[in-house]
Amino acid sequence: MGKMKVILNGLIKENPTFVLLLGMCPTLGTTTSAINGMGMGLATMCVLILSNMAISAIARFIPDKVRIPCYIVVIATFVTIVQLLMQAFLPSLYETLGLFIPLIVVNCIVLGRAEAYANKHGVIDSACDGIGIGLGFTFALTILGLVREILGSGSVFGMKFISGDGMLAFILAPGAFIVLGYLIVVFRRLTAKIKL
Amino acid sequence: MALESTVKNMFVSLTVICLVCSALLGGAYAITKDAIAQADVNKQNEAIARVVPEFDNVPSQEMFEVELDGKNYTVYPASLSGETVGYAINTSATGFSGSVVIMVGITADGMIFNTVPVSHAETPGLGAKISEEGNAFVEQFRGLDPSSVVLKVKKDGGDIDAITASTITSRAYTAAVETAWKVFNKIKEM
Repeated sequence: MGKMKVILNGLIKENPTFVLLLGMCPTLGTTTSAINGMGMGLATMCVLILSNMAISAIARFIPDKVRIPCYIVVIATFVTIVQLLMQAFLPSLYETLGLFIPLIVVNCIVLGRAEAYANKHGVIDSACDGIGIGLGFTFALTILGLVREILGSGSVFGMKFISGDGMLAFILAPGAFIVLGYLIVVFRRLTAKIKL
Repeated sequence: MALESTVKNMFVSLTVICLVCSALLGGAYAITKDAIAQADVNKQNEAIARVVPEFDNVPSQEMFEVELDGKNYTVYPASLSGETVGYAINTSATGFSGSVVIMVGITADGMIFNTVPVSHAETPGLGAKISEEGNAFVEQFRGLDPSSVVLKVKKDGGDIDAITASTITSRAYTAAVETAWKVFNKIKEM
């Protein structure tokens, strides 16, 4: 499979949020605004690329029976390093995203890609898969956050276009489920014709 | 393909991975420790500078602790040419999820100069609105005379407008401001 095809695969055919329906906890929890969704997506993408590369490099030294604990240790290490670096050198970004970073460890997308892709493919292919899946996740979370932000607080990327509050339900959990449901419908309808 | 799952192989691979990872984590911690501490101090100083009138001392060097109802609160006095102009008081209250820590600035004559949230874990989009720049909830404390208003949200019979759908956060923030006011009165008595 070509590199571009691997990336597009993650973005469309195996979009982690709209098609695989993985990692629902951070998806629903962090998308109260477009910027939050995008931040969570990009942070996950960083960890995903790094962990995919590391795991594809070490996979052949790991006995099958202990592979899951090994993968988790590797992923948790990357997440913690990303968190420490962010806290030290980008404190303002850490302020907004700090809460979500530890959540990446339990995001099953990261472990899922390690298990389903990285341990069977080369380092470069795995990095491309990380980029593709990461972009797909970021794209989905940004759209979901954008829709919820427009309906729930009447603003786009923090810029308000109505005075007062929006429909509060969309900021809360029920709104997340409703918007996600409709977005899955729209996404599948639009991508049904695309052959990859 | 993967190594055979013998006890020896499993033990060795897991041990090596854990050792490498802990070494990496230790390294990352050592590199970032000072920078993180520095970022915290900067944040604290920034908060102090925003809640008290103009000053020329270094409040973080003159800080002292005041005990109130069995808890200690940190107070940063601000002074201009030797005269105290106000106190930045660090207080907290329990919000919707965890502590809401704020810095309250009270001028020497007992008016609230300004308040800023320092750290909290409130719901993004709801309680977390207290961190938005220039939001109406935090702004309403600016220039307030605590002796003439009831520092409680309107739902509890006070004079403070709560954030829509974030009463618990608003309550915590208001309670922390009230604590700061009590600490200030204690300082005056000392």
